[in-house]
Amino acid sequence: MDFTFDTEQQALREAVAGLLQRAYDPEKRRAVTKEDPGFDEKVWSQLAEMGVLGLPFAEEDGGMGAGHAEVALVATEVGRVLAPEPFVESVVLAGGLVADVGTAEQRAQLLGALSEGSSLVVFAHAEPGSRWTPTATGVTATRSGDGWTLSGTKEPVPSGARADVLVVSAAVEGGTGLFVVRGDATGLTRDGYRTHDGTRAARVTLDGTPAELLGEDAGDRTAAIELALARATVAYAHEAVGAMETALTTTSEYLKTRKQFGVPLSRFQALTFRAADMYVSLELVRSIALWATMVVDAPDSTPEQVLAAADRARLQTSKAGRHIGKEAIQLHGGIGVTAEYSVGHYTSRLTAIDHLLGDGAWAADRLARTVDAHPYVEALPA
Amino acid sequence: MQLHLSPEDQAFRDEMRTFFTTKIPQAIRDDVAAHREVSKESYVEAQRILNAAGLAVPHWPAEWGGRDWTPLQRHIWREEMQLAAVPEPLAFNASMIGPVIAAFGNQEQKERFLPATANLDIWWCQGFSEPDAGSDLASLRTVAVRDGDDWVVNGQKTWTTLGQYADWIFCLVRTDPTAEKKQRGISMLVFPMDTPGVTLRPIELLDGGFEVNEVFFEDVRVPAENLIGEENRGWDYAKFLLGNERVGIARVGATKRMIADAKEHAARLSSGGRPLIEDPSMRTRIAELENELLALELTALRVVSNSSDGKPNPASSVLKLRGSELQQAATELLVDIAGPLSLASFADDDATDVPEWARSATPEYLNYRKVSIYGGSNEVQRTIIAGTILGL
Repeated sequence: MDFTFDTEQQALREAVAGLLQRAYDPEKRRAVTKEDPGFDEKVWSQLAEMGVLGLPFAEEDGGMGAGHAEVALVATEVGRVLAPEPFVESVVLAGGLVADVGTAEQRAQLLGALSEGSSLVVFAHAEPGSRWTPTATGVTATRSGDGWTLSGTKEPVPSGARADVLVVSAAVEGGTGLFVVRGDATGLTRDGYRTHDGTRAARVTLDGTPAELLGEDAGDRTAAIELALARATVAYAHEAVGAMETALTTTSEYLKTRKQFGVPLSRFQALTFRAADMYVSLELVRSIALWATMVVDAPDSTPEQVLAAADRARLQTSKAGRHIGKEAIQLHGGIGVTAEYSVGHYTSRLTAIDHLLGDGAWAADRLARTVDAHPYVEALPA
Repeated sequence: MQLHLSPEDQAFRDEMRTFFTTKIPQAIRDDVAAHREVSKESYVEAQRILNAAGLAVPHWPAEWGGRDWTPLQRHIWREEMQLAAVPEPLAFNASMIGPVIAAFGNQEQKERFLPATANLDIWWCQGFSEPDAGSDLASLRTVAVRDGDDWVVNGQKTWTTLGQYADWIFCLVRTDPTAEKKQRGISMLVFPMDTPGVTLRPIELLDGGFEVNEVFFEDVRVPAENLIGEENRGWDYAKFLLGNERVGIARVGATKRMIADAKEHAARLSSGGRPLIEDPSMRTRIAELENELLALELTALRVVSNSSDGKPNPASSVLKLRGSELQQAATELLVDIAGPLSLASFADDDATDVPEWARSATPEYLNYRKVSIYGGSNEVQRTIIAGTILGL
């Protein structure tokens, strides 16, 4: 067991941190997120040049052949400055599905373009009326000649209006299939909007829209979707850890500098004790996020182990994110609620992450199902 | 980043697990697992078996019985010991005075005390807290005045755990009442508990047990050679000792065992016409507790892997804070599972049908309020985190 990153990984972190910290301070982020597409296309290209957008993909697919430890480092830096680029949404989630399910040709084409930054791929999966399921019911796929057409509504789809390619989950005979829909396909309507965390989402309406089957067979892809969602959940845990870390350091700084009653706020134990508890929450979730990444990366982990690790990371991220997010605002006072100051945006993004792929209560419910299947949880597998 | 234990560490864990579950008498481990009072004889027997195998004081310097283990191996050693319900080497010996004498004692003191301390031939107790010096330990008022070749000690200590079994006490005493900072005038003395002038009064706790005591000193004469380290440097040794006390204080293995027991009990009890373990809110509560415990264990593993220089890591305050909270949460879970059965707490075996675990649940829960108070209360830990880590 080893929690440390090697020198190559640390170099990656420093490079990404340098790029993102130059690109974003709270002012710049506010300006960028005001305009569509809600992120900076130039930063996205720079991430591509650095190899970040192809990190987890095989080299023959145009990627870097790195692991989820590297993904975790990038996600943490994204979270630290609240970079609005859809790294987890596109690279980890949509890209992960293509990597797992796509044919060699699809992988080379879609992942190659995603890695180069020339094509933004996102996963259109959520449907109004259902929550956090790996299956699709609101969009159905029908065979049409050699190909397929899709009909139904997906919403909210992160970066759904800006995306060049959508990977769409849809009901097929015997389960849920995955399909590739081009942004310029006929019968595709996308209504984009701004979300509370400064990013973008869209309603994606499909009406007899031509689609290409992802992978060789039209079989049920529920298991692949579940696994991809689990990996994205773990990456989000790291994005959240980065955000929580900044929320805490920002709060600590504020307590040291803000004066009331003639003294810095840090003189009030009622406040410093709460900051100490935020630190406890942060370190606990950091530990479990790192562990979950190691489970994802371990070559002999079973899908069940990866799903359970993601649920554990999700539960802790939800608790810690709510705790730190809410306390960061409260310890600042009124300024924490303003859009002009940075800290509330961290709370907003943490709240979004909490609800994108399943919240803490949802994860706890899943973990509760197997609670009597083990005497205790093993942190160190044999 | 590597999830798995190395083959060497895996073999080490297997070796520890086998030793603890086969070499320590089952009856002693049963007492620990059932939260019964462990007798002095059992503590001594278990520690001597460990010591003979080199497993009592692995964190000491090698020449005094220590092993050249990695921090991870020490963690595994402690974790496996707790999982197997082995009484841990007496903390006052193995984690407190032993390392202090090894680091600051003179050669004669090391030879005189360390082998006997490792083997529990001497049972040590701690003379730190006083009625007016708890978290504010440096305010202690017990004084030692030099008189010829002796120190003469007067004053009172309290919360002296298992002092009734102790052969010797290590004691913080004020030797320079004129020192500018109150921390500077403190020294560490050691002396036998049967020295004339030492009296002990047991304090009954809420669980009906007697594990702590008041200790009174009236003109107790202590030979000058029993000063540990330098005069007026006692505060440094106390800080060193308390830093050691926090290592392993997360007690993850012990909490794991309590939760595993709780699940077994919940499977056997009926609630609303079905086993309690099938109740969704009970399952969720256990799942959340298990997750918190996993996060704590992983944090402990991170802390050990980052503190190879042997210095206490300030993040160890997180372990103390959260470790105590989760131990308490596990005792609370057991009380709630016992439900009405928990009222039979002080019933004798032949006068009740209530199983032993349910009878001990509430006394244990009440007793465990101590864990967020001793070893630096959780409020002290928050002060350390806010000050040392956050710079507040």
